[in-house]
Amino acid sequence: MRRKLVFGLLIAALIALHAAIVFAGFIAPYDPATQNRDIAYAPPTRLHFVDSGGFHLRPFVHGAVVDADGYGEDRSHEYPLQFFNRGATYKILGVIPANLHLFGVRSPGQVFLFGTDSYGRDELSRLLYGGQISLAAGLLATFLTLAAALVIGTVSGYYGRWIDESLMGSAELFLALPWFYFLVGLRAFLPLHLSPTNTFLLIIAVIGVIGWARPARLIRGIVLSARNRNYVLAARGFGASDFYLLRRHVVPETLGVILTQAAVLVPQYVASEAVLSFFGLGIAEPVPSWGNMLSTLQQYNVLVAYHWLLAPAFALVVTSVTYWLMADAIHHWLQSHSI
Amino acid sequence: MKTIARLALFVCLIATFAAASGPAAAPLSPSEQVLRVTDEVGHYGGRLVIGQRAEPKTLNPVTAADAVSREVIGRCNADLITINRLSQKTEPALAESWKTSADGRSFTIHLRKGIRFSDGQAFDADDVVFSFQLYLDENIGSPQRDLLVIDGKPLTVTKLDQYTVRFTLPKPYAAAERLFDGLAILPKHLLAAPYKGGRFAAMWSLNTPPSEIAGLGPFRLKEYVPGQKIVLERNPYYWKADRENHRLPYLDELVFVFVGGEDQQVMRFEAGETDLISRLSSENYSMLSKERSREGWQLADLGPSLEYNFLVFNLNDVDSKKLGEVAIKQAWFRNLKFREAVSAAIDRESIVKLVYGTRGTPLWGNVGPGNKLWMDSSIPHPKRSIENARQLLQSTGFSWNGSGQLLDASGRLVEFSIVTSSSNTQRMKMATLVQDDLSHLGMQVHVVPLDFRAMLDRVFQSFDYEAAIMGLGGGDPDPNPEMNVWLSNGATHIWHLNEAKPATAWESEVDQLMQEQMVTLNYRKRKRLYDRAQELISQNLPFIFLATPDVLVGAKGQVGNFHPAVLDHYTLWNADELYLRQNDGVERAGLR
Repeated sequence: MRRKLVFGLLIAALIALHAAIVFAGFIAPYDPATQNRDIAYAPPTRLHFVDSGGFHLRPFVHGAVVDADGYGEDRSHEYPLQFFNRGATYKILGVIPANLHLFGVRSPGQVFLFGTDSYGRDELSRLLYGGQISLAAGLLATFLTLAAALVIGTVSGYYGRWIDESLMGSAELFLALPWFYFLVGLRAFLPLHLSPTNTFLLIIAVIGVIGWARPARLIRGIVLSARNRNYVLAARGFGASDFYLLRRHVVPETLGVILTQAAVLVPQYVASEAVLSFFGLGIAEPVPSWGNMLSTLQQYNVLVAYHWLLAPAFALVVTSVTYWLMADAIHHWLQSHSI
Repeated sequence: MKTIARLALFVCLIATFAAASGPAAAPLSPSEQVLRVTDEVGHYGGRLVIGQRAEPKTLNPVTAADAVSREVIGRCNADLITINRLSQKTEPALAESWKTSADGRSFTIHLRKGIRFSDGQAFDADDVVFSFQLYLDENIGSPQRDLLVIDGKPLTVTKLDQYTVRFTLPKPYAAAERLFDGLAILPKHLLAAPYKGGRFAAMWSLNTPPSEIAGLGPFRLKEYVPGQKIVLERNPYYWKADRENHRLPYLDELVFVFVGGEDQQVMRFEAGETDLISRLSSENYSMLSKERSREGWQLADLGPSLEYNFLVFNLNDVDSKKLGEVAIKQAWFRNLKFREAVSAAIDRESIVKLVYGTRGTPLWGNVGPGNKLWMDSSIPHPKRSIENARQLLQSTGFSWNGSGQLLDASGRLVEFSIVTSSSNTQRMKMATLVQDDLSHLGMQVHVVPLDFRAMLDRVFQSFDYEAAIMGLGGGDPDPNPEMNVWLSNGATHIWHLNEAKPATAWESEVDQLMQEQMVTLNYRKRKRLYDRAQELISQNLPFIFLATPDVLVGAKGQVGNFHPAVLDHYTLWNADELYLRQNDGVERAGLR
């Protein structure tokens, strides 16, 4: 019973998370590329409920002013938070134009619930929009990697001999390749400017090509031990075909590894997009992604002085923990149902 | 408990001082023509630790090309005439005095007598002649060689007597004595044999034993630990002394630890592991400023540097078959009104504010306010105006479509990319700001961060780029080192390389002006010529100048005689006079 509840909660959390990201345009109060050059690195705007007039159910914010030690609040003006207001235009699912936002304040007031980045752009809006690219890229690349790894690992482990040797040999080669130079070289062959869609596909392809070797080796190991289990040998004795054995007995054994690998790889791939940005292969400014938002944290002063810019890291942690718990729950459920 | 702690601290301090003791300075002899410095008198002892971003590649002053190697080499070697980093004027170093002939073509230099290399061997004119032979040898390929070749002909060196040499230039050369700055004089007794054997370029690597390296600088090599540090110790025979006849340098040791990057330099400095830090970014500087009074650091904002950052459009002659796209866009880039519009739309104040945290200066020309002697103050500083930019574009046939995108006369969407080095966060930020500024004109600009070497390859070799954000300058304030940028056949004439003859009328005028200023000896006349060149450059916008950062440096409170300068090397240029105050942390030094 308890497990079912956890399962339900997890599914709800995952749906909420993805809905927020899919409908980023609606939830984000601003356009992610709009710069407010006078208020770079502004801390998160505080929501107030109480002023001299007493308590207000509708929260309000003050304007930001710059003083000697950073940002302060201009208490002379109050801007009440408004819900379902009209603001910057965006496109729902990239098609339907709209300008309705979940919340906002009337101009000239501004609300930055997660603060602003080094160009004065709204961190919350960037986080939501960035999630669209990062999560899609992370999930797709993980799927691609694991699918390739599953096929190669299974074939290699099950058939053995020269097939095994050649496949695992190439896996070792892939692990040993100097990827730095490969990526620099790859960049030189591509046109200077890549559209975000092309970049997106490129990222998935590069990660998939680089990433298959390690999980493939793990899967091969499991297949290797699974194919010699007594029940597999028995089934083979009864005349089961290779395909039947793989489908019924061997591949299901690898499910645990695949799920745990997926939970580890998704966050890793989201972050590795930041590394690709370094080669000019990542998502370019001003389009946000969690990867390029995280890359500003590589600067020491940003890391120690502007804690709100850690938001993408938290988002990544929350997302990956949810995925991990989900993978764990599925694994348990499968185990309890398989025998 | 407290007593124990104090005792432990005391023991630690003793240990550091004991560990740092180098060779004692040799007593001064009356036959030695030492140079007396007039700065604050310090006292002997201690070690100064500096964090370096990378490991030096060589200790050979003739072949070293990278800043990190030169940082170490500069402390171990000396030049004939040096540029005082504070006054930016020349002063005698190994040359005790010099005379320029009336036609400005020959230099007679009298060397200091009785001084010795760091291995105790005597220095004389033979070492000077030998050193210049090395710098001028084409087979060695010294990066300094270009400076010594004027109009295709190298300068010549003749020994007149044991302590006099004459340099003859092929042609009068303005401020020729500045050429000698940074050209280390090498010991003939150690290097003549390997040079004859053709092994010179490989000499003085990091693995050379210290006994085989000698120089005339304040320090000499003591130890190199790969991946960790280089330790320099006092040169006991150094040729400078203070007012009270103490032979310099004061410090026993100078230690360069390899830390990896600017952030690591800052962390080590914050942790108290290093004593000096130069070229801080404004963010790190502000961060350190907050702790300044508690820690007693000496931090200084020295004002604008001599570096200039700019946006450059590709105006090279490109092969329209291979780079068709670029060739088509060059029609816009070659249009001066287009470049003027771009310049008018760029918000330089924002760049200074967001990239340099207000510790910088906007630029409209190649010579900024950091260069007091040569800046042309008549160059206009037009305010940012999107309106003007739009009018300029309209007047030359550009128009806008319904969704506000800019179209050229033939209806083509104006779209181009700016390449910049992905390892330089400041230039990446500039590119992002420029991108946003130009979007107000309806231009679609893409920022393409590239690996630094990949970017240089595109800009200097393949010409496969549309626009780039780069930076230049930062060395000598004199116009002569800038020649390679502004002469139409110069190696750093980035916007249009390999011009057989000047491509435009204004470029040929700049060529003339630069050539003429080089041979004009009178400062005022030279200034007038260089002013005119600056005007032409700022009117024709081969580069769209953006901004220059301030030079930001810091040192621990107990570092005495700390006089940082806007010229390289910012904090260590007077390493021979730096010393450590003993009552550390109590005395707070004022900055000059």
